[in-house]
Amino acid sequence: MEWFSDFVDTAPTFLQALWITLQLALWSIVLAAVLGGVLAFLRLSRFQAVRMLAAGYISLIRGTPLVTQLFIIYFGLASIITIEAFWAGVIGLTAHNAAYVAEIYRSGIQSVPTGQIEAGRSLGMSKWTTLRLVISPQALRTVLPSLGNQFIIAVKDTSVAAFITVAELFRTAQIVAAEKFRPLEFYVIVGVYYLVIVLLLSGAVRALEQRLGRYNV
Amino acid sequence: MPDGTSATGEPLVRIRGAAKRFGALTVFENVDLDVHESEVVVLIGPSGAGKSTLLRCVNGLERLDGGTIDIGGERLGYRESALNRMRRHVGMVFQNFNLFPHMTVLGNVTCAPAKVARRPYREVEEEARGLLDKVGLADKCDVYPSSLSGGQRQRVAIARALAMHPRLMLFDEPTSALDPELVGEVLDVMRALAAEGMTMMIVTHEMRFARRVADRVVLVADGGIAEQGPPETVLDAPRTARARDFLRAVLEH
Ligand SMILES: Nc1ncnc2c1ncn2[C@@H]1O[C@H](COP(=O)(O)OP(=O)(O)OP(=O)(O)O)[C@@H](O)[C@H]1O
Ligand SMILES: [Mg+2]
Repeated sequence: MEWFSDFVDTAPTFLQALWITLQLALWSIVLAAVLGGVLAFLRLSRFQAVRMLAAGYISLIRGTPLVTQLFIIYFGLASIITIEAFWAGVIGLTAHNAAYVAEIYRSGIQSVPTGQIEAGRSLGMSKWTTLRLVISPQALRTVLPSLGNQFIIAVKDTSVAAFITVAELFRTAQIVAAEKFRPLEFYVIVGVYYLVIVLLLSGAVRALEQRLGRYNV
Repeated sequence: MPDGTSATGEPLVRIRGAAKRFGALTVFENVDLDVHESEVVVLIGPSGAGKSTLLRCVNGLERLDGGTIDIGGERLGYRESALNRMRRHVGMVFQNFNLFPHMTVLGNVTCAPAKVARRPYREVEEEARGLLDKVGLADKCDVYPSSLSGGQRQRVAIARALAMHPRLMLFDEPTSALDPELVGEVLDVMRALAAEGMTMMIVTHEMRFARRVADRVVLVADGGIAEQGPPETVLDAPRTARARDFLRAVLEH
């Protein structure tokens, strides 16, 4: 039962790292949910220059590997500004996830039929009120599965922060595996930690879907 | 007022020289039309003639390319805030209902008066229940629109518009999406509304309804108003060849 004792022995170390992973995930998901909204808003602007700027940012992010983005922020910008590794990770992951979240929001907004918007406007709602009361709730319901999926990817992607020295789960696994010369055991163990987070998150998303799914169109 | 423009007193809706284009397509031009307080004006005409477009211009969902529209003596402009204020007084009912699927029936009816007009919710709710009772749906307050029939949905849509206390109601083919057996219940509600003195502009293909309820029938065709007058005249003894052609086509089936 080496596996089990490996797991128990390293649990304190891994739980500490788990806490850092969770903080990394939470910060970058919450910030990306907000920044993604701003980006989606710009992406649907009536000014072409603004639309193109947002679209350019999104394709830049989607067209380059996350690890590159993190390296640019942490190592690349080191000569200009030094950012603590954790916050460099938060910034990089936020910038990354926001691009994907923006596209998800945009598809959700565009999935709401124009008749809904016209109904809102014809009752005297402003554009903003229509967005708040009519479009967003319906868009959110539509994109909740994709949004949940993106957040799950975001949790797993925090592992990339290992390569800019953030002491989160994956980096901890690397260190422990090297110390004890047992890579198989500790990479499997760290995988289980991620799996548990993802399963809990998926459950939460499903519960939310059910709550919002009381109406069907 | 057979030509629809001469009357005593200020009309509630005054359209002068209205023109609307979509790119190269001119939907209509030089449209003059008045609608007086408590008048029921029914717009008929062939498909694609511009009936919906004209109606949508009245509440600013479409923008005029020429001419003017005054509602209650106020010039229709396109500044966001002015438009929003004007629309509170102009209810619109759509062919496809456009109820908000994520709100209950009661939520649909209370939403605008509570959150746009910002009236106290208690008062709004009580009135909404009254309106739903009036359209025969008192028992449906707490269900979502997806569980209603088409006729019920359209009656909710009418109640939703009425909740804003409109001075004018616009109906764009309110019964065209309904199964034939559900048309009557919606027309009954509209007839009751007309009897109460609501000012209404209605696009419809229901000729019998037009005959019974309209004070004036307006035939929209060939880029403008081809003929207008009381239903007995326009529907039974049209003066123009255009009207005769249209009515023959409609009555053939
Ligand atoms: N948003 C738009 N963009 C371009 N063309 C449009 C638009 N809306 C309407 N049209 C065109 O304008 C013309 C008038 O359309 P409208 O919907 O007002 O006709 P209608 O009289 O209501 O017809 P129907 O009885 O079929 O509803 C049609 O030729 C239509 O194709
Ligand atoms: Mg139409």
